[in-house]
Amino acid sequence: MKPIYLDNNATTRVDPAVLESMLPFFTEQFGNASSTHSFGETVAGAIKTARKQLQELLGAAHDHEIIYTSGGTESNTTAVMAALEAMPGRDEIITSAVEHPSVLQLCEHLEKTGRAKIHVIGVDSYGRLDLDAYRSALSDRVALVSIMWANNETGTIVPVDALADLAKAAGALFHTDAVQAIGKLPVALKDTAIDMLSLSGHKLHAPKGIGALYVKRGVRFKPLIRGGHQERGRRAGTENVPAIVGLGKAAELAIQNFPDELGRVKALRDRLEKAILSSVANCAVNGDPHDRLPNTSNIAFDYIEGEAILLHLTRAGVAASTGSACTAGSTEPSHVLRAMHVPEAALHGAIRFSLSRDNSEADVDRVIEALPPIVDKLRALSPFWSDGKSPSGDATPLYA
Amino acid sequence: MTESAGAPAMLDYSDKIKDHFFNPKNAGPLAEANAVGEAGTLSCGDALKLMLKVDPLTEVILDARFQTFGCGSAIASSSALTELIIGKTIVEASGLTTQQIAASLGGLPPEKMHCAVLGHDALQGAIANFRGEAWTASDEPGALICKCSGVSEGSLKHAIRMNRLTSVDQLTAFTKAGAGCFTCYDKLEAVLAQTNAELVAEGLIAREAAFSLQTRAPKPAPATVAATPETPAQPVARPRIQISPLAPSAPAGEPAMTNLRKIKLIEETIEELRPFLRKDGGDCELIDVDGSNVLVKMSGACVLCKLASATISGIQEKLVEKLGVPLRVIPVGKTPFGKAASGH
Repeated sequence: MKPIYLDNNATTRVDPAVLESMLPFFTEQFGNASSTHSFGETVAGAIKTARKQLQELLGAAHDHEIIYTSGGTESNTTAVMAALEAMPGRDEIITSAVEHPSVLQLCEHLEKTGRAKIHVIGVDSYGRLDLDAYRSALSDRVALVSIMWANNETGTIVPVDALADLAKAAGALFHTDAVQAIGKLPVALKDTAIDMLSLSGHKLHAPKGIGALYVKRGVRFKPLIRGGHQERGRRAGTENVPAIVGLGKAAELAIQNFPDELGRVKALRDRLEKAILSSVANCAVNGDPHDRLPNTSNIAFDYIEGEAILLHLTRAGVAASTGSACTAGSTEPSHVLRAMHVPEAALHGAIRFSLSRDNSEADVDRVIEALPPIVDKLRALSPFWSDGKSPSGDATPLYA
Repeated sequence: MTESAGAPAMLDYSDKIKDHFFNPKNAGPLAEANAVGEAGTLSCGDALKLMLKVDPLTEVILDARFQTFGCGSAIASSSALTELIIGKTIVEASGLTTQQIAASLGGLPPEKMHCAVLGHDALQGAIANFRGEAWTASDEPGALICKCSGVSEGSLKHAIRMNRLTSVDQLTAFTKAGAGCFTCYDKLEAVLAQTNAELVAEGLIAREAAFSLQTRAPKPAPATVAATPETPAQPVARPRIQISPLAPSAPAGEPAMTNLRKIKLIEETIEELRPFLRKDGGDCELIDVDGSNVLVKMSGACVLCKLASATISGIQEKLVEKLGVPLRVIPVGKTPFGKAASGH
């Protein structure tokens, strides 16, 4: 039985068309873009084309606003460090409690080493940012706001354009980790006050090891990696040409696939969610019911533990994840669900299904069939569950 | 964004763990139980209720059932535990250790050892219940050190001794102490240092492997970002626990290796190699031993020999083999280039 892949927020399959676009750049067109001979010229042209393709996906005003990086983590690190360096006299950073560790742990480190003061803004039970806390944290001491566009675990979408306007009014730079949003939601950066944006190739059917940082024209910037003129001196190092070409192609395909992502994939996700909520007692969806990525469903099952569910799902040929896979090896529940104050009974039992355009009706059917008996089996073992009932009676799902 | 498919633990689990997890033995309530023990809580992420039917006359455990909320290894440990104790007397069962539970599963990944501790605690609870005594893990001697997970000083010392733990991350993996707010970190370090010092004195672990407050690694970041007037304290993501390997036992009957003994062994080893070096017109002299760095002076033909670095790594290999600890041999003094070699 071929396993079904429903962990697309962790990584996606490289699109065959993306792979095909990359291959010549390993074999014939292997030149260094910095070389003046013909080998270099072709490659420089390909890098330029990819930049145009990304510009279109991001709705950016200029193609040179895009800097290629090794991925989301490098983009996030570059944005935070650049802002601190480029904004003298300001040493505070505002971020949120549900950010990816590449932002949170960096901020924690900057605070520990005395280089910045960090404001961590909390969220409500839908994962929505506490806007009052955000407003009052903004001041003329804030160098940067870094808040994700869409959450990797729950899919909750953050109104970053409005947050960016507020940051701009306070004279702070605004960065958004849009690794989960780009490719799933159409965006138009030229109409926003967003100064910097991180994206990662492997979340949108491009290979791992390639990403980009968007830096709006005119935004003060300092490079993280020095020693080369590449990317206009903003990111040194010989370009990862095949991956850049692949990222460009993936951007082009993402634009073509928006109708599918927002239509068919969203419908699949909704069907999966509704079926589980209606066939399994005491489970609820985590995230903002009104504003969520079309592909993500995070469902918490009361009184059973996520890893145990996952082991059974794996055996049933379904690949999903417990919250964020980054923390899957630890015994700690997800920091995102904790920040959302998810009830204790559900905190350890969350499973994230994340779909993509590669998924079909049959995939969703398999989960709908496999999951209820798994939950039943584990609840039969649970000391908190007796005779098919929870100790506190039936919980009302957050929404169905 | 280094996320990966979310079941790495599946790969770490032995076939025995998988079998006990997918086909748990003795699961479910036991109506005629006359001894019940509970361990863990909902907020911890794992909890076990162990029910025993004990013959009041012979004190033989006739039947055992479990109900467990938790990860794969928590369920597997519970299942294995029931198989281990059925047919045993209460006295026999009371001697069952965390290691024996883990061993019956073909071993547990280090970050899952607390699952075996869970089984051990529930069993102790059930035995106490049978005897009409009150017992919880936190009733072990000593004050409650980790309030989040309810771990006492006595439980910590017990875990350190039984498993020869030498780092706080190991301690957290085995007992869950420090898995919550982390404010007890300093106390965990103190208990670990004290108990390790005792173990060294008893010759049970090597001094080099022992944890001490002088040689500890830097303390990790606090688990919360300080509250500001604008924002309440927020929990911050903690890195995935990285468990350092357990300390090897000190060789039986031998005291831990002292520096003097180490130097003596190194000298003996160099002496053994000397005939081979002399045969090629060279020599090697021990200058100093600084922790794991062995400083030597190469002389004669060795100095000019193109193969000097090969010779040095040969000496290093022999030393590591002889002493059984990682060492680095660094040549000092004149080199063919007239500079002091730094060993880099």
